[in-house]
Amino acid sequence: MTDMDDARFPPLSNSLPRGERGPVGGSGAGADAGVELNGALSPLVGESGREGAPGAVLDDQANLRTYSFAYLDEQTKRMIRRAILKGIAIPGYQVPFASREMPMPYGWGTGGVQVTAAVLGPDDVLKVIDQGADDTTNAVAIRGFFQKTAGVATTTRTADATVIQTRHRIPERTLQAHQILVYQVPIPEPLRYLEPRETETRKLHGLEEYGLMHVKLYEDIARHGHIATTYAYPVKVEGRYIMDPSPTPKFDNPKMHRSKALQLFGAGREKRIYAVPPHTDVVSLDFEDHPFRIQTFKEPCALCGAEGVYLDEVILDDRGGRMFVCSDTDHCEERRAEGHRGALSGESR
Amino acid sequence: MSAVATLPDAEEERPLLKVSRLSHYYGSRLGCRDVSLDVYPGEVVAVVGESGSGKTTLLNCLAGRLTPTAGSVEFRMRDGRLRGLFSLTEAERRLLARTDWGFVHQNPADGLRMTVSAGANVGERLMAVGDRHYGRIRSTALDWLARVEIEADRIDDDPRAFSGGMRQRLQIARNLVTRPRLVFMDEPTGGLDVSVQARLLDLLRQLVADLGLAAIVVTHDLAVARLLSDRMLVMKGGEVIEHGLTDRVLDDPREPYTQLLVSSILQV
Repeated sequence: MTDMDDARFPPLSNSLPRGERGPVGGSGAGADAGVELNGALSPLVGESGREGAPGAVLDDQANLRTYSFAYLDEQTKRMIRRAILKGIAIPGYQVPFASREMPMPYGWGTGGVQVTAAVLGPDDVLKVIDQGADDTTNAVAIRGFFQKTAGVATTTRTADATVIQTRHRIPERTLQAHQILVYQVPIPEPLRYLEPRETETRKLHGLEEYGLMHVKLYEDIARHGHIATTYAYPVKVEGRYIMDPSPTPKFDNPKMHRSKALQLFGAGREKRIYAVPPHTDVVSLDFEDHPFRIQTFKEPCALCGAEGVYLDEVILDDRGGRMFVCSDTDHCEERRAEGHRGALSGESR
Repeated sequence: MSAVATLPDAEEERPLLKVSRLSHYYGSRLGCRDVSLDVYPGEVVAVVGESGSGKTTLLNCLAGRLTPTAGSVEFRMRDGRLRGLFSLTEAERRLLARTDWGFVHQNPADGLRMTVSAGANVGERLMAVGDRHYGRIRSTALDWLARVEIEADRIDDDPRAFSGGMRQRLQIARNLVTRPRLVFMDEPTGGLDVSVQARLLDLLRQLVADLGLAAIVVTHDLAVARLLSDRMLVMKGGEVIEHGLTDRVLDDPREPYTQLLVSSILQV
């Protein structure tokens, strides 16, 4: 539709399977744009499509399935699930696990991918976002990876997804009880830059000695006049463990608090998994006289006019032109589909 | 005699720290042997001796940083009960170490966080015991920086930007901010030049008197012991060979080794 043409942003969005469940056999070139390898493994994934009959793919292909479902072998998934269960039992506690090498570099979400692989079932619908967007490299690659190795349905619509793997954002739409949010975590240890020794940080967690974390916030105020930490903002989970919520903007911290959805965190290089079970208290640290505040934006989204959402700055030209648009692309598109318009959405008309 | 008058009355005051027959071996090598010692509130005890005499080993055992091979160390908690240091849980011991105790290292870099500002260094213990009010933490930090003669406008500087003497004073402020009852000092004036040493000693003496601190000071410098301490232990080869009031030991040493030690320093 015209929105997308008009918007010219993000430029990739035209070539993506927006809002489709199951790009396999989906409509047109778009479905394959991010997942060219799809064809190579077509026996595994199945050409038959699976709309209306989730699980049918598996039955059809049972004899063809010499590969494990979702890339990892069953023993590995079992090991990861045990770590996840332990993480859920002790909210915010970093559980060591035997992270595997994945066919992607560290820093690209190897931890998140392993957690997703371990929790994914054939009936799940997967959404992958990278900085809020469904159409950036990391998101496209990981979505393609699971289409290929698990044959699950994928979507870009938050409401339709049952498993959402994310890099650095929580969707604007409130997550529900049947959904699982999987975070890709680069550095799971919130005390890392303050205390380099792992033996010591584990002791600090064990003994609940978290004064150090406030030293960091103190430094922020002393240097900048306010708490200048804007992402990876430390939180206290269920009144016990201090946790790094991965480099999500602090804007998203309140969404973690008593979320209905299960939140899982995987750090592949650091070999740690941790979890926030549903309805768990997640409180951002602060000082009494410098309370925690989320970012605010002066203007609404330039495309959909949304306020109170997290915005990305987009440079338009080399003369200082810029626009602010929703970081959550699905949220933005949904709003535009509902007829909301922002300052720049009708410009080319 | 004035020195006797400063000694607390054993009937009234009960020891803060009680050490009995403490020994520590590094494998088969002796660290220190059979040390018994009582430290009373408000009293400064110096441990002197040459390098390798077991001073630092003793100090580390007393401060719970080393587990002694034999013997016991007991500390009187705020509730008035003596508790064996090594029967405390690690959490209790660490809480003690950041509230009721201080530990001043010879090298300030060991006792400071070199990458955070002076104010945060002083405030860390406050935050560790649960203070969550920035303004209050900062004004306490300013107060303590003033006490150790660091100018207020240095509060946001890293200790890396401080001179050796300032670092040592900052370390002292950081330790005293929770008003500990017992401070361990390992060569607090080591590596400082003479005039800076003199100022630091002045400052320490004043703080110890003002706050009524008990302190155990390890030093090889008898002048430091003379200025700071009420009592002293002389160690040699891991054992305490002489023990008494500082003035008595320095003016009238009994053991041949102590006599040698006293005669080998410049007159103070």
